[in-house]
Amino acid sequence: MATPVAAPGGAVAAGENRRFKNQLKKVYTWYTGGFILFLIALAIAEQMGLPRSIIGYVFLLATVGLYAGIGVMSRTSDAAEYYVAGRRVPALFNGMATGADWMSAASFIGMAGSLYLLGFNGLAFILGWTGGYCLVALFLAPYLRKFGQFTIPDFLGARYGGNIPRFVGIFAAILCSFTYVVAQIYGVGLITARMSGVSFELGVFLGLAGILVCSFLGGMRAVTWTQVAQYIILIIAYLIPVIWLSVKITGVPVPQLVYGKVLEKVGQREEQLLKDPKEIQVRDIFKQRAADASAKLKDVDKSYAEGKAALTAAVTKAETDNAGVAAVDDAKKALEAYPKDAAAAKAAWTKDTGLAARAAPPLRHAEAFPGKDEAARDVSRRNFLALVFCLMVGTAALPHILMRYYTTPSVRQARESVFWSLFFIFLLYFTAPALAVLAKFDVYTFLVGSEFSKLPQWVASWQRVDPSLLSIVDINRDGIVQLAEISIGGDIIVLATPEIAGLPYVISGLVAAGGLAAALSTADGLLLTIANALSHDLYYKMLDPHASTARRVTISKVLLLVVALIAAYVASLKTADILFLVSAAFSLAAAAFFPALVLGIFWKRANKWGATLGMIAGLGITFYYMATTQPWLRGVFGVTGSIADHTWWGIQAISAGLWGVPMGFVVIIIVSMLTPAPNRDIQELIEHVRYPNLKGDTVNTLGT
Amino acid sequence: MQLTTKQQEYWRKNLRITGILLFIWFVATFVMGFYARPLNEINFFGWPLAFYMSAQGSLIIYVVIIWYYARYMNNLDRVYDVEEAEDE
Repeated sequence: MATPVAAPGGAVAAGENRRFKNQLKKVYTWYTGGFILFLIALAIAEQMGLPRSIIGYVFLLATVGLYAGIGVMSRTSDAAEYYVAGRRVPALFNGMATGADWMSAASFIGMAGSLYLLGFNGLAFILGWTGGYCLVALFLAPYLRKFGQFTIPDFLGARYGGNIPRFVGIFAAILCSFTYVVAQIYGVGLITARMSGVSFELGVFLGLAGILVCSFLGGMRAVTWTQVAQYIILIIAYLIPVIWLSVKITGVPVPQLVYGKVLEKVGQREEQLLKDPKEIQVRDIFKQRAADASAKLKDVDKSYAEGKAALTAAVTKAETDNAGVAAVDDAKKALEAYPKDAAAAKAAWTKDTGLAARAAPPLRHAEAFPGKDEAARDVSRRNFLALVFCLMVGTAALPHILMRYYTTPSVRQARESVFWSLFFIFLLYFTAPALAVLAKFDVYTFLVGSEFSKLPQWVASWQRVDPSLLSIVDINRDGIVQLAEISIGGDIIVLATPEIAGLPYVISGLVAAGGLAAALSTADGLLLTIANALSHDLYYKMLDPHASTARRVTISKVLLLVVALIAAYVASLKTADILFLVSAAFSLAAAAFFPALVLGIFWKRANKWGATLGMIAGLGITFYYMATTQPWLRGVFGVTGSIADHTWWGIQAISAGLWGVPMGFVVIIIVSMLTPAPNRDIQELIEHVRYPNLKGDTVNTLGT
Repeated sequence: MQLTTKQQEYWRKNLRITGILLFIWFVATFVMGFYARPLNEINFFGWPLAFYMSAQGSLIIYVVIIWYYARYMNNLDRVYDVEEAEDE
């Protein structure tokens, strides 16, 4: 990777910037071409008989090796290079890097699946995770670039004066980034394990090695150039299978333009399936099983004894009646399958009550805010809008994203860079809903109604790999697949698309490599954010302001290693409700940072105490709401009483930022009005960040 | 330092365009979302309209908002003489 050395810390001459950009274009064009050739070569090798396990290994080693190579070539110990890639990243490339930084394993693997399962309501994620960039563009990116230091707490510290706002910023940055990075490392472990066949725990640490080679030696500079490479891989990996599936179903290779017609057909099929007597029969069986289980749960010991006695009696009866060997065997098997003790029975029955969910009729994919009555629909709509709000504001407040806009050469390019960021993110996000609809069409028309003896090959192989992703059981024993008999996990939609579309195994390997790229790139950005908050903000700015550059960068590297190991350890425990933690990060970031950052730029009167208390209040109320309404956190904090008692206005825990963000704004405004206005220096700093180049301006905030 | 009238006008224009674009963003997101059920009655090339907007239409509006803001402001920098010197 070509990353010529430039004058550290400052702006470089225009000519040099242009040369650098042209060189980057050349390098990444060759890279993309090379990657496609690599794919073709592997596909040919597969046709000639290269086994699948080898293909998985080749992908894993080739891509991680590539990232490592970029990481090693970009090693640096210069502060501006390490923290902000020397501020030489052109808008277009910063856009790609932001895209990879932004799109995590959840976006890549989980998104289309969530849309498949949730229908219209899942689109809250699509809207929220793209629309947030409008807020980044209008309120933050150009101003943060003009300010031009290294971290988000840097801005809080300079704008609000003193270490207290900075410290709250450090705390919040670590809180939201750490929960997020644990989920990424978890994803890395899963994918590595799947690609190479090692155990999950080993996969976590192998993946960790992949993350560290990128970020450890070269900090932001290495992460930036790997993220660009990772974006190219992940977008190719996402688009190829969807385009292929679209050709198979619609005959048109632009799924995004034509899936409206497919959605219509899915709608017609849904109406048939809602009325189909066999479907209703299967749903009734589930309803019955769930009802039986809850009846038994009323007196576990008694029902357990009764059940066991009945089965034992059946065995005896079969034996004494001479009913035949087969009948006796069946009765014995049933007895063996019976839970060993009352506690096991209780667990099994509690699980069975969950079958009630499968007794529900399938949702209509395009219906907005389904509900049984007007009130339920209202609550659903409210939660949809609240979630969109939290995800958007959270997007515009996550430090690892905002930090990327420090790396462009100018304010001008920072603005353009937000456009490129959203453009590259858009490419994936407007494809995911199309994939969900195409996959649904395939399942509803080809899988449902087929015979159990003739299931497609991909169904059999995924049932074997992971029953939680896909399991089909002939509940009503008619030999035909009913929709209600299919239990599907969201992640399978992206993972199995190549096979559904009938593509060679190479493409499945490519999809896994894309998922790995998405998870690794996000993890890199997050780890860097945490390590920088600790080394730059906490150590250098607060504890030892006289530390030399080399010392600061070394400390940052050591901390990166420590944080990565802790995160990997937490991920390998597999304990917490990780999906919830990711969404929690958005609400927490939104409440902590957005009001303080925006008012810091747009309202000169906002002061130290207002910002400090506003951040604490916003974080506090968001956290309080989550702790009282989210099942896992309720367990941790021992909250009693029903969830409904604690919810306000029917809003779910995932959207707790709906309370935190306004709270932050209100507290900052009120407290600032009650305390003295910021001094002259800070007023001038605000003017400094508002203008890309203010003549007569003596303020210089550029970090070195 | 004291800002000149021209500089103050630059900031006012910035606030104005920010407000206008924010309003469009709000309509494309929350007003559209609020009326999703009635909007879904309208068929748009096979998609129910609100589904289309949430899956694609509003996203395109977001991209255009950001593109327009960058273009407008980069131009405004030049007109009001606040653009950076050392850039390509």
